[in-house]
Amino acid sequence: MEFSSRRRKFATTPQMELYGLPLQFYGQPPLENISLAEFETFAVERLKLLKTVENLGVSYVKLSEQYIKKLDFEFKNLNFPYRVDADDRKPQCGPSEYEKRRKDHISHFILRLAYCQTEDLRRWFIQQEVDLLRYRFNDLHPKLKLEFLHKNNLEYDAISIEEKQVLQDKLIDSSYGVSGITVEDQDFYKVPFQDALDLVRTRKVYLKAGYVYIPHQDVVTIVLNDFRTRLSKALALTARSLPAVHSDERLQPLLTHLSHSYLGQDYSIQKNVGKISLEQIDSLSGKSFPLCMRQLHQSLRENHHLRHGGRMQYGLFLKGIGLSLEQALQFWRSEFTRGKVDADKFDKAYAYNIRHMFGKEGKRTDYTPYSCMKVILSNPPSQGDHHGCPFRHSDSELLKQKLQFYKVSPSGISQIMDLVKGMHYQLACQKYFELTHNVEDANFSLNHPNQYFVESQKILGGGKDAKREMVDTPQRSQGNSAFKNSPAPREKAAAPANTNASQDSAEMSEDLDSYFEEV
Amino acid sequence: MPSASSSSSDYDPASLPDLLPLYYRRLFPFSQYYRWLSYGGVQKNYFQNREFSFTLKDDIYVRYQSFTSQNELEKEIQKTNPYKIDIGAVYSHRPNQHNTVKSGTFQALEKELVFDIDMTDYDDVRSCCSAADICSKCWTLMTIAIQILDRALRDDFGFQYLLWVYSGRRGFHCWVCDEAARTLSVSARSAVAEYLSLVKGGEETVKKVVLTEPVHPFIQESLKVVEGYFSTYALQQQDILGRKESVEQVLALVPEDVRKELQQEFKNERNPENRWQLIVEQASRKQATAKKGQHFEKEIMLQYCYPRLDVNVSKGVNHLLKSPFSVHPKTGRISVPMDLTELDTFDPFNVPTISLICNELDRVKVGEKEDENAEVKEIEGEAAEKRKIRDYKRTSLAKYIKYFDAFLDGVSQSWKGELLRKSDLQKEF
Ligand code: SF4
Ligand SMILES: [Zn+2]
Repeated sequence: MEFSSRRRKFATTPQMELYGLPLQFYGQPPLENISLAEFETFAVERLKLLKTVENLGVSYVKLSEQYIKKLDFEFKNLNFPYRVDADDRKPQCGPSEYEKRRKDHISHFILRLAYCQTEDLRRWFIQQEVDLLRYRFNDLHPKLKLEFLHKNNLEYDAISIEEKQVLQDKLIDSSYGVSGITVEDQDFYKVPFQDALDLVRTRKVYLKAGYVYIPHQDVVTIVLNDFRTRLSKALALTARSLPAVHSDERLQPLLTHLSHSYLGQDYSIQKNVGKISLEQIDSLSGKSFPLCMRQLHQSLRENHHLRHGGRMQYGLFLKGIGLSLEQALQFWRSEFTRGKVDADKFDKAYAYNIRHMFGKEGKRTDYTPYSCMKVILSNPPSQGDHHGCPFRHSDSELLKQKLQFYKVSPSGISQIMDLVKGMHYQLACQKYFELTHNVEDANFSLNHPNQYFVESQKILGGGKDAKREMVDTPQRSQGNSAFKNSPAPREKAAAPANTNASQDSAEMSEDLDSYFEEV
Repeated sequence: MPSASSSSSDYDPASLPDLLPLYYRRLFPFSQYYRWLSYGGVQKNYFQNREFSFTLKDDIYVRYQSFTSQNELEKEIQKTNPYKIDIGAVYSHRPNQHNTVKSGTFQALEKELVFDIDMTDYDDVRSCCSAADICSKCWTLMTIAIQILDRALRDDFGFQYLLWVYSGRRGFHCWVCDEAARTLSVSARSAVAEYLSLVKGGEETVKKVVLTEPVHPFIQESLKVVEGYFSTYALQQQDILGRKESVEQVLALVPEDVRKELQQEFKNERNPENRWQLIVEQASRKQATAKKGQHFEKEIMLQYCYPRLDVNVSKGVNHLLKSPFSVHPKTGRISVPMDLTELDTFDPFNVPTISLICNELDRVKVGEKEDENAEVKEIEGEAAEKRKIRDYKRTSLAKYIKYFDAFLDGVSQSWKGELLRKSDLQKEF
């Protein structure tokens, strides 16, 4: 990892070349020095941006008017390069376009360091960065789009007019908003299906003999696919240089903190083990479980069985509210053996799975209870499954019935159903919380089933159902207070004013650069 | 096809421990098996780094088995006599040494793209059986599924080497053996599986198929297959528009206003075929007036007949799947490769059981005894191999192994090309 000679060469040329376009593929790490203070501000603000991207993606259709409006606002607000005005020579107030692009560049690389560490972090980071690029690419002037493609060697083969005519009907039936006229008007690119997985997955493209035929209007998907692949490779490489980061006393706490603030509380640390008895679960499930868990509990009691997806979602939730491994084993065994499974079979086929959840088997990873996002987005239920989020995965008729059964008022039901229709599942769940707990405003933003439980217990006074020592959940409203309750990296506070700052930062940026290997 | 009762239920699960040693010693097609999983030796250690897992007596499950040669695999299987054999991924290292390599570096690299279709996933739409039971009526669902998937994997995705295997009980597996399929990433696998999935939602979803405008060519093609079976299978055999309960189930899938009208119309019309016509008419009336696509008749057909994939099985590179020629411990049936040219007549109840083929082996034919002495002179390994060939040829397993051989001949075309290319490359340097 000796980059020093290369670095010197580059350091003398301005990075104008790199920042020629309002967005980039982040092919090269930053080579300049930055202060620790800037390092931190950049990182926090990009994290804010990514959190916004994540939240908007759940609440709105991506690239819908609302989504774009809100993201525009956040870009402006945080001083990221968001739109090249038709007249960009117009005197600007605030940071220049160059500074914004520099910030975009550097902040991306800082977060790479923080988010390369585990599979989960990488997945989250890649997803948000991809969505971010989608929005920005979409916003780009057609001329700049071509320039961008060209600059990044993203050029694709367009099919001939004859081939287009032969395939016309299929092409029309495969792509949204493509008609006879638009087929004639635009280019179609033929690429291996692996390069456009998002279009394949959703069946929004014509597929033949392993190739997809992508209308020019959808070219962004290949771009994103490519970006995703590159980023994922780059993160894996960066992860390899992690030991070096970890030994850096200034960087390490900062980065750890950055990565911890992405999901808020993760409910994996059990402060309350054994504070709940198995007898309480039935009554708790009615009072303090969110609907997803109540549904799982109910079908477990009815069928004396849950399929794998349900066992994971519910089992980890129970672990999160404080069941010990022994309790969990007892709980599942007693229910399963009421059904078709005898004790022997249970011990052979299911006990492993439960010990696994508690990190006692296999890779010994301590599994984290699922967040709402995970429940809503990953592993949707299929035949025989009861897991998932009722606001997302139930038919609206069934959901209505269920809400009626749980004595939600008709006006409450219609409020909830409106939120569901708008795809605001977590907000719908929160509304349900407010209605069933008789509070005007829940005063938290729901992102985790275990958080639902904790908040419910708070309101119900903990009662005798669960003790007060529930995990306290500091609300990081969308990550903007990411650093407020940080364990204060030693030099952090002093850095900006410190006279040694420049020396410090010089060293640091040296490190920063060397963490990135060439892909 | 015969019904379940007339099937060759000569198999008694208690006899399995006695039959397995015989099966593995004299019938299991090790050489074909090895030929398959080595893929012509194009890649070094492809067979050696492959994970096998065995389920032994008393449900003892051993993972991460691996073998350096056919001989080693054969010896181990003949020693442990597994109740079930699963095949996993090709790893970066020998799976049986996975504990000795630095954690994080032991990784699943490649595997066939696989699909698993199981009749239990159709429980809400078949009235003849439930859970693990199957009969000739509902087996039609499997026939439909195979046709739809086989077409799509070939025509849409361009794969060529598809091995369809009866699971031994109530479903089947598909192993896509093309190199392009074996090297797919996890996200590509899940994209393929999702492309192929139309029926979505769990117990909390009533309407599991929702079509949007325009109807994708893949769905149009799949509908063509379903249309060929729908009347006989769904309307007549399953009688979905006859029984009150199932009529309600079907009507739950149409828009509310249409449902009311149909309920009226059904009062005077009992014939299922005619009732279906009424639904189709309603649909075309809607399609003529409504702006947005109304495809409820197609959605019903698909919800009742479209293949239900277990996406999770297809997604993971490291997911294990029951091996071809493994025995199903409950039914005793062998997981045999299926020849799709005979798909319409494939009868799961005619698939040989382990007891049947072991019996066939015992029926010693006159005249065969004598050459046994002659063979002693030959080199021992070769003789054993020859004898095994002669052994399975006497049993009902023969035609399945023959088909497997033919399949492997096909795949070998691909690796021959690959080997040629490699040696050309070498010459160039
Ligand atoms: S929003 Fe979250 S807590 Fe509420 S039901 Fe859905 S997954 Fe559960
Ligand atoms: Zn049946």
